[in-house]
Amino acid sequence: MPMIEMSSVNKWYDDFQVLKDCSTQVAKGEVVVVCGPSGSGKSTLIKTVNGLEPFQEGTITVDEISVGDPATDLPRLRARIGMVFQNFELFPHLSIMENIKLAQLKVLNRTDDESAKRGMELLDRVGLVDQADKFPAQLSGGQQQRVAIARGLAMDPIAMLFDEPTSALDPEMINEVLDVMTALAEDGMTMMVVTHEMGFARRVAHRVIFMDEGRIEEDCTKDDFFGTARGERAQEFLSKILTH
Amino acid sequence: MNYNWDWSVLFCFVEDPVSSCTQPFFYWIVSGFGWTISVAAAAWVIAFSLGSVIGVLRTVENPYLRGFATVYVTIFRNIPLLVQMFLWFFVFPELLPDEAGKWVKRGMPLPEFWTAVVCLGTYTASRVGEQVRAGIEAITQGQRYAAMAMGLRPVQVYRYILLPVSYRIIIPPLTSDFLGVFKNSSLALTIGVLELTAQTRQIEEYTFQGFEAFTAATLLYIVVTAIVMAVMRVVEGRVVIPGMISLGAK
Ligand SMILES: Nc1ncnc2c1ncn2[C@@H]1O[C@H](COP(=O)(O)OP(=O)(O)O)[C@@H](O)[C@H]1O
Ligand SMILES: [Mg+2]
Repeated sequence: MPMIEMSSVNKWYDDFQVLKDCSTQVAKGEVVVVCGPSGSGKSTLIKTVNGLEPFQEGTITVDEISVGDPATDLPRLRARIGMVFQNFELFPHLSIMENIKLAQLKVLNRTDDESAKRGMELLDRVGLVDQADKFPAQLSGGQQQRVAIARGLAMDPIAMLFDEPTSALDPEMINEVLDVMTALAEDGMTMMVVTHEMGFARRVAHRVIFMDEGRIEEDCTKDDFFGTARGERAQEFLSKILTH
Repeated sequence: MNYNWDWSVLFCFVEDPVSSCTQPFFYWIVSGFGWTISVAAAAWVIAFSLGSVIGVLRTVENPYLRGFATVYVTIFRNIPLLVQMFLWFFVFPELLPDEAGKWVKRGMPLPEFWTAVVCLGTYTASRVGEQVRAGIEAITQGQRYAAMAMGLRPVQVYRYILLPVSYRIIIPPLTSDFLGVFKNSSLALTIGVLELTAQTRQIEEYTFQGFEAFTAATLLYIVVTAIVMAVMRVVEGRVVIPGMISLGAK
């Protein structure tokens, strides 16, 4: 069984259809990069995976649990899926350590000591142990995003979702975040990553999904995507972002 | 102006009409000030807690809860406070079942005081509710998503993220609502609470020297207001979130 499976997902905002018959799978340990033009539905697609965005038709399962089933305890499922956002979304009133401890304490019911210990391990992993007592606004964008990744990992997730994790960063900070993500992929984390970083896709991804106007236009191995197998729209998109 | 200022009247001894103790008029001011503070503090407890609930309900998905909160705010914010005071004191007990109505009018301790507290508290709650709502709405959807994505349940999202951030944003308007409840507490005199303004008027009736007492009362109101503003400025400095804008005083 794949870790994440979507089949024939359709979603509308009123009469505007954002997702059109989207189907794909992410196997355990697989890294899938999702790319496509702005407004093509990438963020929406990735947010349906943990039920942050509801959808009207089709099915999505994560670890064999149906996301769209009203009987599913969504918060419980979400606690097992890490998510990293474009704008970091650290909680501004909590210190770095408190950000990382919050859900461990309140969702996993870990003790304060356990959560702090796990927090320190992860801050060490992203190279930010010395920032534990600072507040989000005192960190650079790249540091904040690394904390956000650590915060997600603290829950010991079965998969991590990334929505353009480097698009809000100054160029010199992009690599420090991509390096953390690369290490994570090498450790075998199941990852779904919306990004325009084609270098990262080339190095780390197993598969690439290309979206256009709400449709999954391409869903192929990295080699096929960067080889010649891609279609015309993907070709056009790639040439645009590569010459950009 | 032909007025003979005579501050010594405040220190004349007189028999207190309520306690029949003999005290200087000055003591009436102190006692009234005590009631003013009590009414304001008790009303603020109601205003802050009920207002927070109303503000939260204004932002939840459930349309019935949201509708209830909207109706609450509309009613309490739009009826003049003096009218509300009379409605609570004269009309509300009549709407209750016989026994309960009697208890509210005579049975419970300090009926005027508690009526004033409930009236000011529920009125101010409608204002606090609007501030809390504005504070929550100033927080981006991304913060909500992040909180939900880590598995927090809706109540936890409010408790640990939305409310704590919102309170920090709305400290300035909350301060003016707190000062509002303090100043509005003078309306409690209309239903017989012997708070600061009422006592001041009483001193005038006894001595025909009202200006001294009113001056003292005015100074007390100003001093308390200044202290509250100073304290809140310190609080704001303590909890301020770097890089975050406040909604400013309204
Ligand atoms: N809450 C919403 N209401 C209506 N339309 C929306 C909403 N959110 C996103 N959209 C629209 O859905 C489309 C896909 O958005 P999104 O998933 O954010 O695209 P991407 O992440 O690929 O840039 C866009 O056209 C966007 O305007
Ligand atoms: Mg997007």
